[in-house]
Amino acid sequence: MKQMQIQGKCKQNGQAGLPPASGRWCGLEIPSTLSRIPEAEEAILRQCEKFSYTDRDLFALKLALDEAIANAVKHGNKMDSHKNVHIKYRVTSRRVDVVVGDEGPGFNPANLPDPTDDGRLDCPGGRGILLMRAFMNNVVYNPSGNSVTLTKFNESPRRFVSRNVAFG
Amino acid sequence: MQQDAASLKITRDGEILQVEFTSRKILDEGNIAEIGDALGALIEGELRPRLIISFAGVDHLSSAALGTLIMANNKIQGREGQLRLCDIAPQIYEVFLITKLNKLFHIYPTIKAARESLQNHGRSPFV
Repeated sequence: MKQMQIQGKCKQNGQAGLPPASGRWCGLEIPSTLSRIPEAEEAILRQCEKFSYTDRDLFALKLALDEAIANAVKHGNKMDSHKNVHIKYRVTSRRVDVVVGDEGPGFNPANLPDPTDDGRLDCPGGRGILLMRAFMNNVVYNPSGNSVTLTKFNESPRRFVSRNVAFG
Repeated sequence: MQQDAASLKITRDGEILQVEFTSRKILDEGNIAEIGDALGALIEGELRPRLIISFAGVDHLSSAALGTLIMANNKIQGREGQLRLCDIAPQIYEVFLITKLNKLFHIYPTIKAARESLQNHGRSPFV
């Protein structure tokens, strides 16, 4: 897994209703193999644990990362070992932002059928985006549909204490 | 009788097979194919499978795991069998609620309740 710190990419978030973002973006790449997903998740979740994110936050984030990265590996890169999944993440005391991109042509998430329709309940697939949207505070696809940005707020009442520790 | 397949602990109690997961995070994306194969083989080995899957100790579940459970359920239905799920932690149960799969699966709070449900299924109330 290649890991890098991306300098100069930090900026205040302009989306209405979201807490302000700050902090440094980190980046990593994994090949298109499902077995490499846990190490990418752990790198991000380790950062969250430093900021006292709740167990519920961590469960939600792991679930959403599982879905986003697996979608990139399976549907975006079609398990092609020559293609990578590109992940950028930024963890602060208030929020986590993760961008998961693949090297595929993208898709339109609006075209997916609703997996909660009674007639589709016994279909094995198609629930990943539903779960990401349910457990994250914000899920945004880029226009071409080959990159998704996940945002999760820190629900811990101790987040401000952590912030003081982290930033003095 | 007890046997282990892949990351599953399988116990036979009469006609009922009880399946437990041997790792808390066994339902990760990277592991689920192995679980699916083991469950599939277990179901195909039974004429009319009567299966209880316990989620005791499981603290993570992906949509791929849900897909594997749905495929197992479809196979069991195809053999006129019965599937029960039990011991699901609240945050995992929330995943079933969000996806509305609580309408598809028969979910019980404990393995005892799931077993009683299977033992009473199809039995005449006068017996």
